[in-house]
Amino acid sequence: MLYEYDGSVEVARPNCVVFPRTTADVLAIVKLANQYQTPLVGRGAGTGLSGGALARKGGILAVFSRMNRILEIDIENQRATVQPGVVNADLSAAVAHAGLHFAPDPSSQKACTIGGNVSENSGGPHTLAYGVTTNHVLSLEAVLPTGELIRIGSSALDSPGYDLLGLFVGSEGTLALITEITVKLTRLPEAVKTLLAIFDTLDDATETVVDITARGITPAACEMLDGWTLRAVEAYVHAGFPLDCAAVLLLEVDGVAEAVQQHAEEVADICRAHRAREVRVARDARERDLLWKGRKNAFGAVGRLSPTYYVQDGVIPRTKLPATLRRINEIGVKYGFQIGNIFHAGDGNLHPLILFDARDEAQFRGVVAAADEIIQFCIEMGGSITGEHGVGMEKDRLMPLLFSEADLDVMRDLRAAFNPQGLLNPDKIFPSKKGCGEIHVRPLPLAGAPSA
Amino acid sequence: MTSSAFSPSVTSRLSEIVGATNVASDFAQLATYEIDRKLPAAAVRPGSSEEVAEIVKFAAAERLALVATGARTKLGIGCAPTRYDLALDMTRLNKVIAHDPGDLTLSVEAGVPLAKLVQILAEHRQFLPLPVPFANRTTIGGLIASGVDSPLRQFYGTARDFLLGMEYVTGEGVATKSGGRVVKNVTGYDIHKLMIGALGTLGVITRVNFKTFPMPLATRGFIARFAIAENALDMRHRIARSALTPLTMEILSPRVAELFGSDAATRYERAPMPGDVISNTEWALTTGYAGNEQVLDRYANELKRLARESSATGVTILSENLPPAWARKREFIPIALASSPATTIVKISVLPVRMKEAIAVAQKAAELNDLRWAAMARGLGIIYFAILPSDHTEQWRQRVTTAASAIQEACAKLAGHATIPWAPAEWKTTLQIWGPSRPDAAQMQKVKSVFDPQHILSPGRFAPNL
Repeated sequence: MLYEYDGSVEVARPNCVVFPRTTADVLAIVKLANQYQTPLVGRGAGTGLSGGALARKGGILAVFSRMNRILEIDIENQRATVQPGVVNADLSAAVAHAGLHFAPDPSSQKACTIGGNVSENSGGPHTLAYGVTTNHVLSLEAVLPTGELIRIGSSALDSPGYDLLGLFVGSEGTLALITEITVKLTRLPEAVKTLLAIFDTLDDATETVVDITARGITPAACEMLDGWTLRAVEAYVHAGFPLDCAAVLLLEVDGVAEAVQQHAEEVADICRAHRAREVRVARDARERDLLWKGRKNAFGAVGRLSPTYYVQDGVIPRTKLPATLRRINEIGVKYGFQIGNIFHAGDGNLHPLILFDARDEAQFRGVVAAADEIIQFCIEMGGSITGEHGVGMEKDRLMPLLFSEADLDVMRDLRAAFNPQGLLNPDKIFPSKKGCGEIHVRPLPLAGAPSA
Repeated sequence: MTSSAFSPSVTSRLSEIVGATNVASDFAQLATYEIDRKLPAAAVRPGSSEEVAEIVKFAAAERLALVATGARTKLGIGCAPTRYDLALDMTRLNKVIAHDPGDLTLSVEAGVPLAKLVQILAEHRQFLPLPVPFANRTTIGGLIASGVDSPLRQFYGTARDFLLGMEYVTGEGVATKSGGRVVKNVTGYDIHKLMIGALGTLGVITRVNFKTFPMPLATRGFIARFAIAENALDMRHRIARSALTPLTMEILSPRVAELFGSDAATRYERAPMPGDVISNTEWALTTGYAGNEQVLDRYANELKRLARESSATGVTILSENLPPAWARKREFIPIALASSPATTIVKISVLPVRMKEAIAVAQKAAELNDLRWAAMARGLGIIYFAILPSDHTEQWRQRVTTAASAIQEACAKLAGHATIPWAPAEWKTTLQIWGPSRPDAAQMQKVKSVFDPQHILSPGRFAPNL
């Protein structure tokens, strides 16, 4: 059934699926879960990429798709209050008339929900300049697995006391079920320029990224697609990407018109200084949308080429981009997989796509080993195991690579303070203590994740 | 002043951990660690996070209450500690662990002075957008633990928006960490955010990782003067609706000119305040912006137009004379504290469109009680309302208490909140320092018991039970 899956390669079957419509429904569901001592997992649109919204231990799956009302829009104060099932792009559409938007923009924004964004602390291409979800959330109403209804944070800034909001946003559904969210709305920039820089070598492209930052320019977005991915995308989307290059950078600068003009010229100059074969500037909104369509549909395009692929989500300091991409390429050769690279270059957030055939068990084992080797390299570079997809059930076993048992114990204690019986979203984020070091056997993966 | 000496065995164990030269127990030295008239029995200066962990472990076993200190500029924030046995002086942890200019990341120990970082980063044309009060003295650990904000939050946000990770020691003496050193990371719980503004009640911060920012191109300042607060706020709303994205925006009340021109102000900024840019009888909107020449011209022209539309009585553009004016804006709190023997600062937070009512309420409460006052309001809805009584006497205490609680009550009705971060020590028991009790207090209690089950970390500074 549908709710066994999300955007990741994991599968888990709940015993039942419920669709709350109100906070009272959620309270009643939590009461039931307590009464029957059954696991309970919250879920939005199921676009997650780390298995965060899968019922790993069975039990009740609470799907928030029907709690999808925008409760209040306050244009003057640039605030909105929404139910968790509101689709990310719908909120931005609802406030566009006032020149505002909700800044976090995951590539799945046409489907993913704001409740899911809050749980996962989602990013997106424009988080380079605008920040991730946690930078835009002001207040939450939530139901604790103990049945308490709580409200944390406030519409006014600097809510007194501990920053509980900072703890709950990004807690991957392990502390509470969110029932209401107040977010900041951000003014849309006056001017935007989107550039596409085309390179004949990967190194030229990655070194351009390093140099743009070194010159003190913070683009609104800085995305990279390697040549292989680009050809897959072009065959699918026809965005006008060149077929014979090694990499492209999709760069966006925004702000007041006078600054945008200058920054666009500077960025183009830096690209040319690094031997960009061509720098195209989108002439109008249509051309800009086409370039972004290529980026945002890349995962779908790759899905046409392979029965299965595995999207990784590593982070490295951006100066390590050239070395890391070379290493990923070597790992692909070593294990015999085609690896495509499409990622948020500006903040060093990589998304290697490893193509494989899940029906072949040897390949499955190989893809896990290759992915682990990539993540291991990210850590050696001073990076992290996930930049925006979350730990979920995908990377719990990798947590000890970054955190000591003492670090993890504090986090586990925090979880236990709010989720004392572990009924809510069990077996996520933290490796089970007994199974430390042992690699769990993954269920067979599914084809095609929607997006990143 | 109250303090009680340790038994020799306690002192010798502390000396064993940090070395005898790093343990102070004579009165003269301890007096410099005073918090709200309380002195510790000893002050220790650990040299590493391992030593911090050992001290805290020992303190937990002995049930000794400890307060971590840096430059000791902001220990007056919040309530007096209910117990205070040990000052944990963090200033020897003063190493810059790493600055990676290409990655725009920085990792420093908690005792590093902010001023040192400003210098190091400037060499690479980078900066930390944290021009906080006491900027010339404050340490990074103190800045984070006290949760102070800065004028640059208008554009860059607060420390929470660019803090990447942290190492800290729990109340059980366990050295641990959260986050990392990369600019984007969702691995594990963001415990470092809990530590911001927790006044050391959840852990002892030992190391902090930040994202740094490229220094903006040329900056300018703009000041518009108004007969009434309403007009200054009207300009604030016009800017918010425009395409402009200024870096700072503060509204200054009458009398701020007097404070900024005082001798007390020169303690924090030696260069004189540029003359006539703000007036003692008028309100002012001050805003800073950056960019190339065309951008600067555009701001100047638009701001002039918006000021006119909001009935400004005059405007000034600051360029070379900007730093002394801006330094005073940064140091509003210390300058206000130095301007009266019993300064009480109410921090009000409301939605931006409610600022007009909040300021009116506070002004009325002060004037009804014959209290001098001055205010600085950030464009985002935070108002620092400084009450400046003539002395500490009972009569003034009563007036301030009446005014402060009227403000707190009114702010609650405006869907906002008001705390009293700074007040004379003697008055703290009768003021509602953290405002009325909050519905999420029980959740905060849960967090506290995870990090500090023995209740030894800055007990009581946040709330009696936190």
